[in-house]
This record gives sequence, C-alpha cells and structure tokens, in this order.
Amino acid sequence: MGSHLVTLFVILPLAAAFLNLLIGRKMKGAPDILANLATLALLIASVFSVFAVAKNGIFVYKVGSWVPPIGIAMVLDGLAAFMLVTVNLVAFLCTVYSVNYMEKFTSKWSFYTLFLLMLAGMNGVIISGDMFNLFVFLEIASVASYALVAFGTEHEELEATFKYMVMGTVGSLFILLGIALMYSYTSTLNMADISLTLAQKGLGNITLFVSILFIAGFGLKAALVPFHAWLPDAHPSAPAPISAMLSGVLIKSLGIYTIVRVLYNVIGVTKEFTNILLVLGVLSMIVGALLAMGQWDLKRLLAYSSISQVGYIILGIGIGTPLAIMGALFHLFNHSVFKSLLFLNSGAIEYASGTRDMRLMGGLREKLPITGWTSLIASMSIAGVPPFNGFFSKLIIIFAAVQAGYIGYGFWAALVSVLTLAYFISVQKNVFFGAPSKAMLSGRDVAKWDDIKEPPLFMRLSMIALAIICIFGGLLLIPAVSGNFLNAATEALTAGRDYANTIFGSLGL
Amino acid sequence: MYLYFLCLILFIVGIYCILRKRNLIKIIIGIIIAEYAVNLFFALAGYRIDGRAPIYSQDQAIANMVDPLPQALVLTAIVIGLAVTAMMVAIAIRIYEKYGTFDITKIRKLHG
Repeated sequence: MGSHLVTLFVILPLAAAFLNLLIGRKMKGAPDILANLATLALLIASVFSVFAVAKNGIFVYKVGSWVPPIGIAMVLDGLAAFMLVTVNLVAFLCTVYSVNYMEKFTSKWSFYTLFLLMLAGMNGVIISGDMFNLFVFLEIASVASYALVAFGTEHEELEATFKYMVMGTVGSLFILLGIALMYSYTSTLNMADISLTLAQKGLGNITLFVSILFIAGFGLKAALVPFHAWLPDAHPSAPAPISAMLSGVLIKSLGIYTIVRVLYNVIGVTKEFTNILLVLGVLSMIVGALLAMGQWDLKRLLAYSSISQVGYIILGIGIGTPLAIMGALFHLFNHSVFKSLLFLNSGAIEYASGTRDMRLMGGLREKLPITGWTSLIASMSIAGVPPFNGFFSKLIIIFAAVQAGYIGYGFWAALVSVLTLAYFISVQKNVFFGAPSKAMLSGRDVAKWDDIKEPPLFMRLSMIALAIICIFGGLLLIPAVSGNFLNAATEALTAGRDYANTIFGSLGL
Repeated sequence: MYLYFLCLILFIVGIYCILRKRNLIKIIIGIIIAEYAVNLFFALAGYRIDGRAPIYSQDQAIANMVDPLPQALVLTAIVIGLAVTAMMVAIAIRIYEKYGTFDITKIRKLHG
C-alpha cells in the first residue's frame, strides 16, 4: 500500500483502454464489461484515497524512484482526492449509461477506448505534481475529447470539433509558452520546487505574464467567458454520455482545477489575480445565463448553463476566503452531478423521441416518468431550490461574498440564480409538462407519440443514481458524513504555498 | 536577443494565420507555425551560445553547457503536436467529404 495507490489512477484506465482495443473488436459485450469494471474500480480507489488522505496526510509517488525535484512527482493530497472522486463518480455512471445508449453507434469498442484515454488524461492532470507532466496529460485528455466530440461524424459534429480543436490547441500553446517562461525563470518544473524558488527570487513581472498566459490557456479549457465560443458547439454535438463527461468533469479538471492549483499552490495568489478571477467569474455567470435563455435546442441550453455555473465556481475561488473556497469546491462537485444528470436526461429524451428541439416536445412526463422526475430534481438542484445540493453551495458562495465585503458580486450571484430558475422552469414546461406537441402526435420529424417509451435499464439506473446524489448531496457538508471530504480539499488550497513544504516534508527532505 | 525576436514574429505569423485565413488547411498550417514558434522558444531558453553538449567527463571543466531538459521536453511537445495535427487533418478531410469545401464561411450548419 502507500504511495503506489497514486499511480493506479493513470495505469488502470490506460491498461483498460489498451485491452479494449485488443479484444473489443472481436468479442461483443467485452468492451462494456471491461470499461464498467475499470471505472468502478477507479471509483472505489478514489473513495478509498479520500480516507487514506484523511488518515495519512499527503502521498507523494516518485516516478522511477527519482527523488523530486529531479524526478517527476505524483501527488495525492486533499484537493486531488476530492477531484478524483468527482471525476471517477461521473465517469462510472456515464459508462453504465453508455451500455445501452451507445448501441446505436457502430464501433462501441473504440468509443470506450477513447473514453478511458480521456479519463486517464484527466486523472493524470489531477495527480501530477510536475508542470510539464500536467501539460502532457492535459493533451492526452484533450485529444481524446476532440475525437469523442466528432464521434457521430455528421455535419454538425465535424464542424463543432474543428472549432473546438483550433481553440483547444491555441489554449495548449499558451500553457506551453507559460511553462517555457516559467522554466527559464525558475530552472525547475516540479510545482513544489517552482513555488520554493519563487519564494526566494520573488515574483517579478515575468510571473505576472506567466500567470496571465496560464489564466488564458486554462481559461480556454474551462470556457470562461471571453474564451467560451467553442463550448456551446462542442458539448451538444457529442454523444450524451460524452456531453455529460465534458460539461460535468472535463472543463473542471482541465480548466478550473489547474487554474486553482497553479494560482494558489504554485505562484501564490495575490490581489490582482483574485480580481481577474472575480471579473471573469461574474462575466461568465451573467453572459452564460442570458445566452441560455434564448435557446430552443435542449443540449445547447445546457451547454450555455454550464458556462454560467462555472462562473459561480470561479467567483467563489476569486473571493478567496476559506468559506468561499469550500463553497466553490462544493459547487464544483454538485455541478458535475446535476449537469451530467441533465445531459443524460437530454440523451434519454433524444433516444426516445429522436429530437432535441424543445418546440417539438411536450407532455413527455406521461411517457417518460423516470426521466421526467430525475430531470425535475436536477433542474431544481441547478436552480438552487432548498432541499437539493445546489442550494447549499450557492448559499455558501453568496454568503461568503457578502461576508468578504463583495456585496455587489453576491447580488449578481443571487440574480443569476433566479435567471437559472427561470430558464429551467421553461425547460420543464416545454418538455415534460403540458400537452404533447402537434409534431409528436402526427409523428412528423420526431418519433410518434405512441412509440415513445422509457429508455432501457442501464440508462435509467445511472439517472436514478445521480438524482439520489442530488437529493442527499447537501449532507456532504456535515463532516461526519463526508469523512472530511470537503474540508481536506479546502485546507489544501488555503494552505497556499505551504504546499511545497508539505511535499518536501513528506519526502523527508 | 534577435533570435527571441524572430521567434515572436513566427508566433505572430501563426496566430495571424489562425485568425484571418478562411481555408481549413491554412488554419491548420497556422497552428503548426505557432506551435513551432513555441517549441523554438522553449529550446532557445536552454541554449547557450558556443555551449557544448552536456556530457560529463572527468578531465573537462564544464563551463558553458547547453541545458538538455528543454530539448527533451520539446521532443515530447513535437510528438503531441504531430498527434493533434494528424487529428485535425483527418477532421478536415471528413469535413471536405460532407460539405465539399474547405472554406469556413461556407461551413455553417451550427447556429449562434
């Protein structure tokens, strides 16, 4: 046991992806079993890692036994464990969903291979303790996600993928340039060592420039507002489980996690950076919500709403008090749960009715009761209605904003929450309540009303599981229930540049 | 110093190409140029003028040595760039099959 656990998060999905490629083409059904077993094992390992971190503190794995800062380090601390649980939970439920959903595509095995590669990349980004290694994992996840967005190879998918690829590659270029400048200033790539060197040399203009490159590069991956143009095309074009993965966890692990880790733990957060984050956060929140209101395509609406919710997380990070950071991280977890649930719902609706246009729907609650109920729970949750998890995280963020003296930002957060409620009520009204549309009764352009039925078992199972997490997610705030899950992650961030001392301390240097 | 300046010009040429060109293939070429500019910059960051290869030997005083690490990293970055380029060209070919054109102003099925 011990630090070898850390490598599991990269090795397992990589090995499963490779095996899938070998046996998937010949054996029918094997890819389903293999991918689900792999993601289940990862989920169990990540939950286990939370308790291991709570008990032992930080784990540092020395790749090839080279001692950092010379060798590459893989670090599992409170924040990494928290992110791993979020990513692997959503990944497991998405693979369960894909068992039935992906039947209509021809090569399921290649889908699972790409899915597992993307998962390996995301887990790698989270546990990497080395800047360049982080870049490599980030590119693995990005390239796999480009291929997954284009999986349908129809007109819209290809067009969206090209846009996504160009923007994503430019983002990666900024990140690489930032790493190059950082290396030429500090002569090291290890994150902990960079932080120590910066503490000695002081933050010059070059660090400011590097931080701006990182905010632009990682902000492109996270789709913050001036860099958001690719997201509303790319996320709806992918197959539903991939939309859920992209909106649920990819933009968070490649975008938000990396921004937060680099700014808080490596460079050290200052007033200028938090002001940039506050402005970007509020801008994303408002612009995302306003653009979402005018959409008739269900998945496109959800994609715009992702931009708006990511704004909340960045706002919480920007406020920077421990309470705000906890609220932001809790909202990150909640958003990955309810947004992936909403995307899976939209997939189920498309599977049953053959359309994503809300004008052609109506009254589907009668035909799809499970999809209807889980979607209602997710909508209420994202809008911040009291018993569900989204309420608590938004409340904490708004409360922390007011407490820290940012009353204006708190007001905007509350207002956007009302807008969110408005457009999700309109989704519920158009899709699930009311009378069935004329198009549906006549069966023109969409499936005929009498032929619409609930999606198959595995799709229902994963939607129900996510809805249960939405209902009881608020309980995670109680430390006795969550096993110090949120607090450990918050402490890892608020410790700031003590991160370096923790890592070198655990190595005994 | 002028080397860094040329590097910057190369980067700007690449970014200009990405932003202003309408042909998919030209956009891809722009990305490649910008990528090479960043790689070149990274390699230059470790370069010393009249430096020698960083091979340690007993009888030589090591005074002016080229940093080997950026070269190794750039090699990795080039391989990643190759994968992305291959992927992009593949997508561009599929787009050509569907739309019959490489002109981005004519490839507009998505709204908004």
